[in-house]
Order: sequence, then C-alpha cells, then structure tokens
Amino acid sequence: MRLAIASGKGGTGKTTIAANLALTLAGKGKTVQLLDCDVEEPNCHIFLKPEIEKAAPVTVLIPEVIEETCTGCGICADVCEFKAIAVIKGKVLIFRELCHSCGACKLFCPEDAFLEVPREVGIIEEGKANGVRFIHGLLNIGELMSPAVIHGVKEAADEADIAILDSPPGTSCPVIAAVKDADFVLLVTEPTPFGLNDLELAVGMVRKLDIPFAVAINRSDIGNEDVKEYCGREGIEIVLEIPNDRRIAEAYSRGEVVIHALPEYQKTFETCWTKITGLHENGLQAKQQVKTATGR
Amino acid sequence: MRIAVTTTGPSLDDQVEARFGRAPYYLFVDTETMEVEAVQNPNVAAGGGAGIQSAQMISDHGVQQVLTGNCGPNAFQVFSAAGIQVKVGVSGIARQAVEQFKAGAFTATNQPNVADHHGMGGVGQGRGMGMGRNRRS
Repeated sequence: MRLAIASGKGGTGKTTIAANLALTLAGKGKTVQLLDCDVEEPNCHIFLKPEIEKAAPVTVLIPEVIEETCTGCGICADVCEFKAIAVIKGKVLIFRELCHSCGACKLFCPEDAFLEVPREVGIIEEGKANGVRFIHGLLNIGELMSPAVIHGVKEAADEADIAILDSPPGTSCPVIAAVKDADFVLLVTEPTPFGLNDLELAVGMVRKLDIPFAVAINRSDIGNEDVKEYCGREGIEIVLEIPNDRRIAEAYSRGEVVIHALPEYQKTFETCWTKITGLHENGLQAKQQVKTATGR
Repeated sequence: MRIAVTTTGPSLDDQVEARFGRAPYYLFVDTETMEVEAVQNPNVAAGGGAGIQSAQMISDHGVQQVLTGNCGPNAFQVFSAAGIQVKVGVSGIARQAVEQFKAGAFTATNQPNVADHHGMGGVGQGRGMGMGRNRRS
C-alpha cells in the first residue's frame, strides 16, 4: 500500500500526518517506509530524526553541443519546449537549469551535434528512525528540476508493506510526480476558504489521475463548515479530523511528533489508517466487480 | 544606430519598463531618425525562459544597444554572445531615455544586475503557509 499525503494548500499538516501515521504503524509492527517527496523543502527528518546511513546523487542528462559538428542551424532552439537553448550568431547557448532532459535537441539535430552528459541536481538520503525506513530527497539550491529528485526518492523505496509519501503542496508537476503511482491519496486541508479553494483544486488533480482518495481536516474546529459540506456534496470521505489543539503546535515547534508528545492521539491515527485501508479495499473490490461484469 | 528599449506601451511617450524579459513592449529605435518599430512581447506570461527568448528576439532584430531597467543573467548571456551592449538602470519616459542615451548618459554594464526570475512577480517564491508553489517545472 502506497499512501501519498498531499494538499492543494501549503501548511495544512501533511508532514505532521505523514510522520505520525508512519510511526503509529511502525509501532504496531508493520514494515513502514516514509518517503519525503517535498524535495524543495523536506522536513520529515526534523520530526523523525533518522540516522542517515546512505546518500547518493541524483543526476539528469543535459545536452552539450559538439562545436566542430554544429552548423548553428537553430533547430535545437526551435524544438526546445522549455526555452533552454538559444542560438546566437550560429552559436548554441544552453541554459542548463531550464533543461528538462527531454532529449528533443539531440533527437532533432540534423548534424548529430549533441552529447548528453549527466548533471547532479540533488541527493537522496536514506536512514532509519524508530522502526521506520526513511528516505528523502534534497534538491540542490538553484535547481528547478524537482521531479527528477522525487523520482529518485521513489526509486530508492522497496516493496515494504506500507509506504507513506509526504508530497509537496500544490497541484503542479512536482506534486504529480509524487502522487502519480500511489494506491491512495490523503488530501489534507483546513476548514477555511483558502483550504476549501485549494482542496477543490487537489480533488480535481487526483480525479484526473484516477487515484482513490479521502480528506483529512486539520485544525478542524476553526473556520466554517464549508469543507465538510463540499465533501458531503461530492461524496468524499473525511477519514481524519485533528482539532486545533495548542499542545500539538507546541510539540511541533519543539520538533516532536504528536503521538509521542500526546499519546492520546495515537488512536486518532490508527482509526484514520483503518478507514483508509477500508476505502482502498472497497475500491479494489468495486473495480473487480466492474471487471467481472464487463468480462474484462 | 538601432537600439531597443523595454517599455510599458507601444510609443516613445510610454515609460521605460524595468523588467527586461517580461516587458510589455520592445521599441526598436533608429537613433538618427527617431523612427520606431514597436513589438509586443510574446513572452510576458511565459512559464520560464522569458529573458532568453526576448533576448534572442531582440538579437534577431539587429540592434547594437539595449536600454532597460534590470537584466538577469540568462538574457545577459545571450546579449554577450550576440555582442549587444546592455544599459541597465534606465527609467522614465522612453523618448527622454533615448535622448539621454544619445548624449552619452549611460554606461554599458558588463554583468547582470538582478538574479534570474527577478521579474516573475513572486510566482514560485512566496511558498509556505497559505500558498502552494505554482511554478510549473
């Protein structure tokens, strides 16, 4: 089971939920991996405090022009979807940080004047903490290609019972890279107009990706009822509600996980997990029934 | 001499635009005749690489000088390769800027004066509580 914790809005509590779920499940004897896919600002390590045992660079391939072969025709600049190449006075300029490693320049070059060379854009670190296998990625400062590092984090994972992915916020490419092949997505929000607006965007994203999902409401006793009403209208299950408990904020500010500082919340996360696995299994059964009914 | 000025509108009576890559207009000015060709910038809302694209377009127009407010490293690199001089820190009415240029008021910069993505208006920078990142990469 690969569960991605995502949210349209930043600062809703993805990391809090990911870290607490991972530790709760590990405490119950499950094999758990926590993958911090927010490679621009990873922060799960602050709460898990893992011992890093292994680090490996993430590289992407970028083009390099062979000047003797290049005729300066400019086709590479024309085909570059990401504007990473300019051809000025017959000279090819490559803007490496804009390159998405798509390979179009090399593919379309009529003179075969491109080499592809690896370039480091970040690192993957792995370790252990409280029975949880921990992996996170760190995008190098100034780099833009977070999806490459996110893929690196996911490739470093193995077939554990449970993998929990802490996704970046929003609905853009890095988020898609993180949640794409998850079995289930938990969308974290808060009961405010901003929370609802960004939840609707995130729901649109996971529906398009066709991944089953449910909602968690953090600081659930503030704001208004609009998020709940929206979920009711849309038939979306709310599997977790965390109250606006000052003690949680205090624990957070000390870098402590909720279930350690406030053990009474362990039950909350256990129940959340039971609900998620239930929804996931129902979903699988429903799919099976459709397959049987349609004979596919 | 043919020069380019980044502006907010299509005439010499418009203001010099401080952002290079995302300036609404580029005016190509013949400094002898003061004849103007205005080109609307297609890269105003580009996801990334606006400076590079705009610098390439300006290079293709055969200018020798560029007057603008700020120029980042990518656009600057294109201009260096093209042998085009960049005058940064230019502001006010475009016509006056051209006159000042003709009087020798500006010196060319030999390095970019702002970091990349300077003119993106906070997109992708103000991340954190209350705001998801929305830069597409």
